[in-house]
Amino acid sequence: MNTWANIKTITKRELGAYFTSPLAYVFIVIFLLLCGFFTFMVGGFFERGEASLVRPFFDWHPWFYLFLVPAVGMRLWAEERRVGTIELLLTMPITAWQAIVGKFLASWLFLGIALLLTFPIVITVNYLGSPDNGVILSGYLGSWLMAGAYLAISCITSAMTRNQVVSFIVSVVICLFFILAGFPPIIRLLEGWAGPWLVDTITSFSVITHFDGFQKGVLDSRDVLFFLSLIGFSLFSTSVILRGHRAG
Amino acid sequence: MIKVQNLAKNFGAKRAVDGVSFSVERGEVLGFLGPNGAGKSTTMRMITGFIPPSEGTVSVGGFDIVEHPIEVRRMIGYLPENAPAYTDMTVHGFLNFAAEIRGLRGEAKTKAVSRVVEMCFLDAVLHQSVETLSKGYRHRTCFAQSIIHDPDVLVLDEPTDGLDPNQKHEVRGLIRKMGEKKAIIFSTHILEEVDAVCSRAIIIDRGKIVANGTPQQLRQKSEWAGAVMLRVSGINSAALNQKLLQLPTVKRLTVLREDATSVTARVFPKSEVNGALAANIADAAQGWHIEELHTEEGRLDEVFRSITMPDTATQSAVK
Repeated sequence: MNTWANIKTITKRELGAYFTSPLAYVFIVIFLLLCGFFTFMVGGFFERGEASLVRPFFDWHPWFYLFLVPAVGMRLWAEERRVGTIELLLTMPITAWQAIVGKFLASWLFLGIALLLTFPIVITVNYLGSPDNGVILSGYLGSWLMAGAYLAISCITSAMTRNQVVSFIVSVVICLFFILAGFPPIIRLLEGWAGPWLVDTITSFSVITHFDGFQKGVLDSRDVLFFLSLIGFSLFSTSVILRGHRAG
Repeated sequence: MIKVQNLAKNFGAKRAVDGVSFSVERGEVLGFLGPNGAGKSTTMRMITGFIPPSEGTVSVGGFDIVEHPIEVRRMIGYLPENAPAYTDMTVHGFLNFAAEIRGLRGEAKTKAVSRVVEMCFLDAVLHQSVETLSKGYRHRTCFAQSIIHDPDVLVLDEPTDGLDPNQKHEVRGLIRKMGEKKAIIFSTHILEEVDAVCSRAIIIDRGKIVANGTPQQLRQKSEWAGAVMLRVSGINSAALNQKLLQLPTVKRLTVLREDATSVTARVFPKSEVNGALAANIADAAQGWHIEELHTEEGRLDEVFRSITMPDTATQSAVK
């Protein structure tokens, strides 16, 4: 009860902080522009002639998030450390976990809001044809979970440094690994010399592999578990890093 | 309220705090003095639970800082060094956040916020963003945050740093007033503040406590405590020197200034016979005229220097 009240207070503050700075609006505008451009121009939404969002829309999300999510997450802890407010926050009567979860939830909700603002595309596809809205819904869910996983990774890198740029670059690199591990050209390259068990192990770490199911409308508990455990593990690492800084 | 025992903190090979013990009771204002890098902030960060101690224990209101961190933090109001605050919030929003995270809701929250706004004179900037505040206002905003839940224990790291003289005066007044009902620790390197605010002071140097007492007691550690300042006319320094050294209570004297009309000197007593020395000198005055004569209480800055920089202090005393 008390725990949730504390988390809620932190989340409310963080979410407010996004919308009082231009960052939120810039982010949302760029995200929507990218979505629109890639879906209709690059993804060939009309040329495909099918009432589906899988290929033209969701396929791009892992790549958008690669740059956009670290930009949202980079300030989470780096800014607190640079300004010194971390000293206020962590001497308040809350646990470090509550602060970590509260901050993470705020950013995740923010990403969710940005994602929901792509709704015109759903209306469009429903107007033009009769898509399976269940598949679209599961695509959105998967996309949001994937964003959460990237964000949690950004939390780690943000906690590691007080420099937001360093945090951004490092988390892009780590997220890139999670994409490339399931990127078809890379898989083909690996298959050339590695045994199938190694290829399987590596691809099983990829967000693309796990996002694929959601795109097809298959809600596999293993995929959900993958994203949730990536988030859990990353937030745990964040707490370890924060504790490490304070222990000196 | 606050009990610190053998507290130590290592940062790598460096021992920032080395076996510090003291306690503060309700109604006390403890001044924490020391040169930069002496370990003041580190000690305060350990008391507030921001960094864990390497050795030793801290308990606040009977709760151990490591075993019951949340209970301890509830009791403490903390103003960190440089008074950080969320720059993207308004003063009002920031104080509301501080109140909420301290568990205040509804009417209690509104009351708490308006109380600290009044106490810290924040009316004028209430709806301004923290980013645009002057240093003094930002400092007071952070200070307001630390007292929003009316805590029993206040830990203030350089609360008057960066304030103008009027603001310093206000903040000191606030601390003194709150010190009547709370246990307060505050650090400073402004010595006049110790006299103005503290009921007790600790001097810390290189991680160790080197002096602990009331401002009065600390002053008496001064070499100058009990010495007599003397300004006379109608005599030259050589003759004065000779005359005074004949007195049984005089150990030595240093001439501070000599010009055509007067001689200014500091006379040191042989032992702790403060009162008698001034009287003896007054009695010895024959044929010369005393313009000024008083016994020195000793000065905190001199004590501070002689304790934290023993070498230079003796040099200046010799001069």
